[in-house]
Amino acid sequence: MGLTPPPGPGGEHDLFETVSPNWVTTRLDFLANWARSNSLWPMPFGTACCAIEFMATAASRYDISRFGMERMSFSPRQADVLICAGRLPFKLAPVIRRIWDQMPQPKWAISMGACASTGGIFDTYAMVQGIDTIIPVDVYVPGCPPRPEGLLYGVMLLQKKIRGESISDPSLRIEHLVQPDGLFRRPEIIDEISEPFGNSVSQTRSS
Amino acid sequence: MTEGRNGMAATALAAAHETAGAMAEQFGAAVLRTHESNGQVMVEVAADRAKAILRWLREDASQDFDYLTDVTAVEYRDPERAFEVVYQLRALARRVDLRVKVLLDPEGALQVETVTDIWAGAEWLEREVWDMFGVRFKGHADLRRILMWQTYDEGHPLRKSFPLRGHRSRSEQTRQALDANPEAHYTLEELSIAEAYHELPEEMRRRLVESGRRAAE
Repeated sequence: MGLTPPPGPGGEHDLFETVSPNWVTTRLDFLANWARSNSLWPMPFGTACCAIEFMATAASRYDISRFGMERMSFSPRQADVLICAGRLPFKLAPVIRRIWDQMPQPKWAISMGACASTGGIFDTYAMVQGIDTIIPVDVYVPGCPPRPEGLLYGVMLLQKKIRGESISDPSLRIEHLVQPDGLFRRPEIIDEISEPFGNSVSQTRSS
Repeated sequence: MTEGRNGMAATALAAAHETAGAMAEQFGAAVLRTHESNGQVMVEVAADRAKAILRWLREDASQDFDYLTDVTAVEYRDPERAFEVVYQLRALARRVDLRVKVLLDPEGALQVETVTDIWAGAEWLEREVWDMFGVRFKGHADLRRILMWQTYDEGHPLRKSFPLRGHRSRSEQTRQALDANPEAHYTLEELSIAEAYHELPEEMRRRLVESGRRAAE
């Protein structure tokens, strides 16, 4: 038995006779998306209990580095995906907006948990009713808080979304900023999506 | 073990009752009512003597309430006693807690005197009461909002008259929140610890100087 397997039809040797090991052909989109989707550097914006689950996702058991995301980017300048983990009070609204503006393209956003996505149980004077009234969101992860598996599923959905993008489509990278008065959506849309729901329906605005 | 703890609690409670008695003796009619609830002794005092009573509680050698745990306020749906400002005191060495309540005149201005000159830690607590309830603290050096942002103009959120979702529409609230500049209301001096420099420990001062030198290079 030699160390070199015998050459034959369909064997490894045939491969190297027809394909050079020094170059491959591929679609540029595939290559760019493959690189982007597998090295998403997260900007962790953890404000509440979702951040605890986010930390669990990053730790050894769930190990977010399997997705090339272990490098937390605490500077928005080097971040690819903003993960808003937790509720966002109005006082933080200009902060998350500035962080989003400071992130270079291409960039994506994950809204983690019920509060970041809708305001959750905090239907109050102090809470943003969903961060999508302030920045564009690519993936919403439901849960209160979501388990690490949930966040990982959201990450995989985002990767799938990125793999479907094309670098020749400049419209994907347009900064969708906003109304001239600073809002991300039209005022009537914001009012509509932040209508009371669930238990807060029975609460009037004056009591 | 349990008995020992209960014994300690009973001693602390007795000491708090003793304090309440001493207060009544010292200040007479200014001490309106004393009662005990859930292992907590509460003393209601008249608004005009509140500052003097609190100062006495802090400075009298036999009382020595040296730790102000909390300052907060309560609004009742009761026209006769609409507002209370609550001081939660603790004497660390004696392990005694005391709750002092100041009834505010519902007709008059919602105002009490500051206690920042008695307990320096009252500064932010009083700012929070101002922010949430709109109670003014006369003599407070820096009475401005602390939880809500500086330009917030919908009122004081914990008042009974304040709707839970706020006065304005969501879009208007979002717009105003985005307009607020979080850095606009702090001076460089406030952001640095320059003023407290000489009160810092020697070792920390040395490190600050070194890091400053490194930054300059």
